[in-house]
Amino acid sequence: MTNILEVRGARKTFGGVIANNDISLSVPEGKIVGLIGPNGSGKTTLFNSIVGYHPIDAGSILFQGEEMSRLRVPHIARRGLLRTFQQTRVYGKMTCVQNMLASVPQSKSGWRHMFARASAADSRRADELLKFVGLFAKRNLRAGDLSFGQQKLLEFAMALMYKPTMLLLDEPTAGINPTLINGLMNRVQRVNREFGITLLVIEHNMRVIMNLAEYIYCLAHGELLAEGKPEAIQSDQRVIDAYLGAH
Amino acid sequence: MNRNGLRFGFYAVLVVVAIALPWMAPDFRTQLSFLWVMVVFALTWDLLGGQMGYNSFGNIVFFGIGMYACAVVQRDSGLSYYPGLFVGMGVGAAVAVAAAGILGSGMLGLRGHYFAIGTLGLGIAAGEIAGGWDYIGAGSGLVPPLFPGAIGGRETFFYFICLALAAMTFPTLRWLYAGRFGLVINAIRDDEDKAEAMGIATTRYKTAAWCISALFLGLIGAAAGNLIGFIDPRDVAFAGATYGVWMVLMAILGGKGTLWGPVIGAVIFHVTQELFWTYLLGWQRVALGILIVFIVVFFPLGILGWARERWPERFGHRVEETVAQPKAGQ
Amino acid sequence: MDNILLLFDAPVLSVQLLLDGLLIGAIFALAAYGMALVWGVMNLINIAQGEFVMLGGYTAFFLYTAGIHPLFGIPVAAVIMFFVGWALYRTIIFRIVDKDLFISILATFGLSILLQQLANQIFDADVRTAESGFGSYFLFDGLVTVSQIKLIAFACALIVGAALMLFLKRSRMGQAIRATAQNARAARIMGIDTDRVYAWTFGLNAAICGAAGALVAMTWIVHPYLGLPYTVRAFMIVIVAGLGNVFGVFGAGVGLGVAENFAGFILGAEYQAAFVFGLLVVILVWRRFRLARERRYLR
Repeated sequence: MTNILEVRGARKTFGGVIANNDISLSVPEGKIVGLIGPNGSGKTTLFNSIVGYHPIDAGSILFQGEEMSRLRVPHIARRGLLRTFQQTRVYGKMTCVQNMLASVPQSKSGWRHMFARASAADSRRADELLKFVGLFAKRNLRAGDLSFGQQKLLEFAMALMYKPTMLLLDEPTAGINPTLINGLMNRVQRVNREFGITLLVIEHNMRVIMNLAEYIYCLAHGELLAEGKPEAIQSDQRVIDAYLGAH
Repeated sequence: MNRNGLRFGFYAVLVVVAIALPWMAPDFRTQLSFLWVMVVFALTWDLLGGQMGYNSFGNIVFFGIGMYACAVVQRDSGLSYYPGLFVGMGVGAAVAVAAAGILGSGMLGLRGHYFAIGTLGLGIAAGEIAGGWDYIGAGSGLVPPLFPGAIGGRETFFYFICLALAAMTFPTLRWLYAGRFGLVINAIRDDEDKAEAMGIATTRYKTAAWCISALFLGLIGAAAGNLIGFIDPRDVAFAGATYGVWMVLMAILGGKGTLWGPVIGAVIFHVTQELFWTYLLGWQRVALGILIVFIVVFFPLGILGWARERWPERFGHRVEETVAQPKAGQ
Repeated sequence: MDNILLLFDAPVLSVQLLLDGLLIGAIFALAAYGMALVWGVMNLINIAQGEFVMLGGYTAFFLYTAGIHPLFGIPVAAVIMFFVGWALYRTIIFRIVDKDLFISILATFGLSILLQQLANQIFDADVRTAESGFGSYFLFDGLVTVSQIKLIAFACALIVGAALMLFLKRSRMGQAIRATAQNARAARIMGIDTDRVYAWTFGLNAAICGAAGALVAMTWIVHPYLGLPYTVRAFMIVIVAGLGNVFGVFGAGVGLGVAENFAGFILGAEYQAAFVFGLLVVILVWRRFRLARERRYLR
């Protein structure tokens, strides 16, 4: 089982604050790995580092064996590594369908393809994925007019449209109505099983992440606190202390 | 009459009227030519500002470059009038596109208000530099060659040139907006970081958009220079503080981010401006300043934008449970 | 361009350019301080900044034609422009305060055009000066001229700037302004009338520009179209110095004054305006490439 993503000794400081200090983690291909930790522990910073949103001060990030830390965001994304945002970002003035079609991966980087029309196959896939997340009826509404939870689903569908190799989900259940969380989690699991997409998930909802992930990393104060299978993490005293004593 | 027939009829009437205008209102041929120049201004601005979110105050640079390049070709190439003109227009467009490519690498990396004010500086600096450059006439400007042919032939000839250019710009943009290009530049407008995170090569699209604007602006700049008959660096070619700003207003007035919005806005703005000039002599620019403030403060969505908020279903934004049944024969 | 050689042949020329640039730079810094204030508190970029300067200049000029010494123009222009700014806020600006920055740029641009053309119509386009009647100091055997009015203007600019700083630090309205700048919502919750704060801020900005304009009228000239270059200068100084940095604003302003003077000498007077606007583009593009290396961009 190869590691599709390997972070070694990642370090990132902002001014005087050490957001990530010597973090190492690896995500095996096809698995779901969780990333937990109290607020301010550096989880989103680590995500941002992995996808190239900012450069890291030290360490290396390997995706499918290739060094990513010096690449820019679009180049990393084009290698098949996508992320969703904590505050859910969609293209607000475009319709859901347009959001989906804008997320078609650029298979070739030629100039001609800049002006291509959306193929019928892409349109069909967009419709299917919108049905998959339950937004088919709203497909012609503007994305900015959807509710927060619906935008989250749209963002998820857009990521799937791209056919990524690996997806980083940043708090996928935050702000979602509790009754809808199960549905979302089912979809995430199906996406992993059926499409083979590897997942690294930041979550605060313990019930969700313990059921979803096969391996979990816990961060606290910018450092890697503990790692292991969900059962082990759940009973790890250091993790419990970090969450309860995180004030 | 069904929807397609209605649309065809509308375009047909528009084309016929546009072609007949020089004979319907012969005294206003220059102003009517300028109407088409305004339409191109508004459409090319909207490509960058309304559709892509990069509000440029410096698009006038490409207009001026096209104007000057064409005049230089006409002056120095030794060609007779018509070949000189058309070669000049081509050169003007080429230089403008090249300028867009070069300037774009620096300017298109700026976001939001920095891009806006930076391009404003660009537009005015271009005028100032042109005003000091002897090769292109410095402060005295350039005079394009005299139009061969009967008196009054020039106005009609350039009316049709401007009309043709406007008629080329509109469907080209329509074609662009209907494909991947349109989707991507809208995505860049709505959330550029998100677009990058989705693997989109934003730099390439941004530069292409600016180059396309520059192409049409360069062409119509070349034509306009010959239409006006005198190229002044600050007031005609690189009129940054006047036309450079007005093109933004036109697109906003009609509704930025739409296809017809800039056209409608250009027509209304141009007609209003001509009325101001005729009836408010001396105070026309003051009135224009008031109009600008009024539009921006009270009517930022513009006509089509307001319509879209008011009747979203008519713009296609509705909840649809099922896929529309395919029409017979499809 | 051969003027550069002249600079080396006669280094005394450089001293002249440096001094003149320093003295005018303080006035640029004043206008920049006001722009930073409005930008930081109201999140609004005022393109009509230069027009406020211009109007202040005309106030001083009209005082001079009425027989009053233009130095009195400084406080008079400041007071008049404060009310002009206040009135503009209450009629127009308040509507765009919470809209996005581009709308504020466009609206204030419209305002700038409006004021500029009004001035052109009412005052006509001739260039004016408010004669202050002061002489000059001569240094270096008379090779360097330092006009006394420019020295006085420099001192006045410092005084006005310091007065504003004191006001913001000590007075209740000043504290309210600073609180609103940091967090408008919190300020509102704490009972501060942010609308009034904004009106005061905009008025103060206009006042500062008015004072600067009076200084410009005395040391240089006034005409209806001097506005946009001043706006661009203020903007450049603010983006180089940053919003919160008063001493940086002063330093950048003085630096810009010196740079402009040297550029005007080397490139020729007809390119001075091109230098101002071109420098803006250069500064922005330089920043953009520098930030891009850290994968950031100017916000």
